[in-house]
Amino acid sequence: MENTEPKLLMSPAPHVSSGESISRIMYAVLLALVPAALASIYYFRFRAVLLIVTCSVAALATEYVFQKLRNKPISLWDGSALITGVLVAFNVPASLPLWMAFVGTVVAISIGKQVFGGLGHNPFNPALVGRAFLLAAFPVAMTTWTAPFDGTTTATPLALMKMEGTTTSLWQLFIGQTGGSLGETSALAILIGGLYLLYKGYIDWRVPVGYLGTVFVLSVVFGQDPLFHLLAGGLMLGAFFMATDMVTSPITAKGRLIFGICAGVILMIIRLWGGYPEGVSYSILLMNGFTPLIDRYVRPRMFGEVRANA
Amino acid sequence: MADNRYTFKGGVHPREGKELSSHKAIQVLPAPAEIVIPVRQHAGAPCKPLVKRGDEVLLGQKIAEADAFVSAPIHASVSGTVKRIESYPHPVGGTVECIVIVNDGEDRVYPDLPQAADIAQLSGKEIIQRIRDAGIVGLGGAAFPTHVKLSPPADKPIDALILNGSECEPYLTCDHRQMLEQPEAVVYGARALAKALDVSKVFVGVELNKPDAIAALQKAASGTNVQIIGLTVKYPQGAEKQLIQAILKREVPAGGLPMDVGAVVSNVGTAIAVANTIQTGLPLYQRVVTVSGEGIAEPSNFLVRLGTPFSELIAAAGGPKGTPRKIIMGGPMTGFAQHTTNIPVIKGTSGLLVFTEGQVTATEPGPCIRCGRCVEACPAFLLPVTLANLASANMLEDAASYGLLNCMECGSCSFVCPANRYLVQNIKVGKQQLIAKRRQRAS
Repeated sequence: MENTEPKLLMSPAPHVSSGESISRIMYAVLLALVPAALASIYYFRFRAVLLIVTCSVAALATEYVFQKLRNKPISLWDGSALITGVLVAFNVPASLPLWMAFVGTVVAISIGKQVFGGLGHNPFNPALVGRAFLLAAFPVAMTTWTAPFDGTTTATPLALMKMEGTTTSLWQLFIGQTGGSLGETSALAILIGGLYLLYKGYIDWRVPVGYLGTVFVLSVVFGQDPLFHLLAGGLMLGAFFMATDMVTSPITAKGRLIFGICAGVILMIIRLWGGYPEGVSYSILLMNGFTPLIDRYVRPRMFGEVRANA
Repeated sequence: MADNRYTFKGGVHPREGKELSSHKAIQVLPAPAEIVIPVRQHAGAPCKPLVKRGDEVLLGQKIAEADAFVSAPIHASVSGTVKRIESYPHPVGGTVECIVIVNDGEDRVYPDLPQAADIAQLSGKEIIQRIRDAGIVGLGGAAFPTHVKLSPPADKPIDALILNGSECEPYLTCDHRQMLEQPEAVVYGARALAKALDVSKVFVGVELNKPDAIAALQKAASGTNVQIIGLTVKYPQGAEKQLIQAILKREVPAGGLPMDVGAVVSNVGTAIAVANTIQTGLPLYQRVVTVSGEGIAEPSNFLVRLGTPFSELIAAAGGPKGTPRKIIMGGPMTGFAQHTTNIPVIKGTSGLLVFTEGQVTATEPGPCIRCGRCVEACPAFLLPVTLANLASANMLEDAASYGLLNCMECGSCSFVCPANRYLVQNIKVGKQQLIAKRRQRAS
């Protein structure tokens, strides 16, 4: 035994771990995004491929440059930058010029994530920061929608309802055969990925359930078609893939429920009374801003806490 | 067996690894030629040696003790001669004064020990006195002197005794084997402890992954008031407060002790030690240790004399398999890494685990992605990530307001962390610093 002793590892307990890792979680999320990506390619054809590739490359390149500049270890392949890239692509119209998508993704990773210190430190969801930037910088290109398959210009179901009072069939909304951002149109594809993440325990049901449930209830209360509101716009994508972003949502179970419910309330305020037809990005971004506050005040009851004060 | 009636909230499911040694009957390890007995064996005041170099000592002879109430005397585990008294590395870190005895191999028993007796012949007070004199401490690992638990203040009435046979730490099987091989001793010890506490509610909690032990105990306990409870398999089911919650459905107040809810918890191995000392008069001089891990050739359960060096245990278990990379005293969730095997078995040594490269690769912590797994896993319902951040930023009073001192250091948070962050590790340091700071301020 003696000869092996200098090499013994001295570290504190616990000496075993669950084997879970950041990249495993991130790649599971990417896998969950595949159905929605396939749906986008089906509906928007080669434009979808071009946008997804452009945004992914932009995300990785920006991540690399920033980590290099900051003298940090390069963690390009932990999957987090790829998720942001794909989500930015999912959040833009199919007709958006590629260079704009590229710039939007650079903003998402740089201003949305790296300036705060990289993964885990950003207060706002990077992809939504990118989308908000694009919407402000290129308002026309960001709201010029193309119809599935043929590429002709159309309006989104929410805009149609808001501006013209016409509704889109629920079945079309469910399968995604409508105008809209690349990855948001097919509720079916998003649900497949979302349910997979729920099953794997990589997202907390409280966020989508709180978010979608609130939208459902408020739609009924204000005399709107609740299913239409659930399926239209980016709500499904937001509820399963962006509001659930671990970094920018609360860490406690109760906090996540509050986060989801409040996002739902903000969304319905925007949709019913706001100037925009759609409010998913801003409802989530606003709640991202409240996350530190929620984490500060919503704490679990500590074991033995009640009786200690009794 | 999906029985979810007896469990707690939070916790984790580490790979058990118990199959390596759970089928291995307890073997008696011959006493080594030389034993090394540290004068600090347990929580509480360290003992002072009562012998000096050159003294002849007999098996069971008291060789060290302390005046403080929260302490337990230490006895010679062999007969022989005191070779020297000097500092040795201690399994929980640092060095401690140790009494080194050269074994004469004759196991001559100290003549002035209490008579062998039976529970019926002894009063509760006498049982407690015997336990104290025998140096019995909690054998689950924490090694808290048992007689202290049995002497609660008058304003804390006790109505239930729980024996902890959950053995929730991975790899350890010493309690499992003892329950299986000596169920009568467990029940006898339980009855003795119940008499000392004057309680009629007596439970033995065993995780459902040990059905054979549950069956053996049920058989041994038939006709007594000792109830065997099958517990859901989850770490840390064996933590005192979680065990009380699971069985009695009572919540020990934060900062409080089991006696605040009328309960006393003791380990099954401790109950066997109590039974032994009553039935034979001998003090605590040996214990069962699991020697296991993927880096051990023949994982085993040994009955060993206190003071036996770890190297002897590893050799008796067929030696290492591959190159040892980490050696742990205790379980993998809360045990202590060892820098040498020239360290003796103490009263709190439940296991000795050897791992090779690959099983214990050192991983660098990554950034926290705020996934909340640590929050979900924490059985004390704390926010481990927040506590660890505050503790490492030295914001100790803020951490205290988040329940820093309520952490029982089970390690569930670090176990589940996908970024391998030092959660419980930072919390532990923060706790020690906070306690030291407050003590300093008070004085």
